[in-house]
Amino acid sequence: MSMPAPALEQLWVYLSASPLLHLLVTFLAFMGASYLNRLLGGTPFLHPVVLTIAIIIAFLTLTGTDYATYFEGAQFIHFLLGPATVALAIPLYDYRERVRRMLVPILLSCAAGIVTAVTSAVGVAMLMGASRETVLTLSPKSVTSPIAMGIAEKLGGIPSLAAGLVLITGSLGCALGPIIFRLVRVRDPSVQGFTMGVAAHGFGTAYSFSSIGAVAGAFAGLAMGLTGLLTAFILPPLVHLFGF
Amino acid sequence: MPLIAGMSVLLGCQFLGEILVHGLQLPVPGPVVGMVVLLVGLMINGRVPTGLRTSGEGLLRYLTLLFVPAGVGIMVHFDLIKADFWPITVTLVVSTALTLAVTAKVMSWLTRSIPRDPRDEWREERP
Repeated sequence: MSMPAPALEQLWVYLSASPLLHLLVTFLAFMGASYLNRLLGGTPFLHPVVLTIAIIIAFLTLTGTDYATYFEGAQFIHFLLGPATVALAIPLYDYRERVRRMLVPILLSCAAGIVTAVTSAVGVAMLMGASRETVLTLSPKSVTSPIAMGIAEKLGGIPSLAAGLVLITGSLGCALGPIIFRLVRVRDPSVQGFTMGVAAHGFGTAYSFSSIGAVAGAFAGLAMGLTGLLTAFILPPLVHLFGF
Repeated sequence: MPLIAGMSVLLGCQFLGEILVHGLQLPVPGPVVGMVVLLVGLMINGRVPTGLRTSGEGLLRYLTLLFVPAGVGIMVHFDLIKADFWPITVTLVVSTALTLAVTAKVMSWLTRSIPRDPRDEWREERP
């Protein structure tokens, strides 16, 4: 053998410590997952993001890498989430006429969605006998992570777990959305997009852009921002009603 | 240079958003406020500059990818989730389905009298 094991190991130690490896792994996993999803006819049950996350977690577990090390590399992608959120103003501006026409329905349905999300989450969790901490952590699950973490902390839940549950809710929303829309016979892309944004925050927004269209994406982005904003105010008093 | 200019506008709005959030102690993340700042800016300006549109829409096209690093973070919480596995799973599925159904129903009922854009119908029919 020309390449002795220690040298290989040294190379691995070097590569796994630099951001390069995990940045590349993220891109490759995403491309592979998107390809696989297309191969399976674009099924919503294996959403490319969910699949990508699963592939990466499998890779990290197999190589014994912890999340902090992975994030060293992946943070460059994560950072772009900020400017991308700001960029949601562009489709919103493009469809401003329609948003203005639907302003009252938008505010009312957003409030209805938030109340449903919170009461059903707290109610079901209590019926299922979840611990007090878990119930409080589940309550802000439909809101985008940074807001959900803040709310969970204020209520006495577990912020880091709240962030995790928000992600699962997002992927669930993408899987359930198309089925629910068929069941309740809702076809309007602006309504579909808005609903995805209320129930599944950024995941729902990304899904709306990629699978429904630009109008849906614009409304989803609007819903995501609005839901985050309103939940921060509506949720604490609502949770008090349940005796917390 | 238009791409750089566009990216600078996005980062600038996010920066303003962060300043506002910290200055006014708002309970929302900086980028969300940055989105509002950009929207107000676009309304004043009256149109979307080409560079801004190129960089903004480029980012939005890959929005799903941008959620991956945060999503992988779920691996840290496996133990916490295992402790309350069934309550968490049932709650998430039931509550998410209900939220989708109620929001969609309420909104389509409230907007039933608002004229539709005829181009919308076929969009949804995609397989």
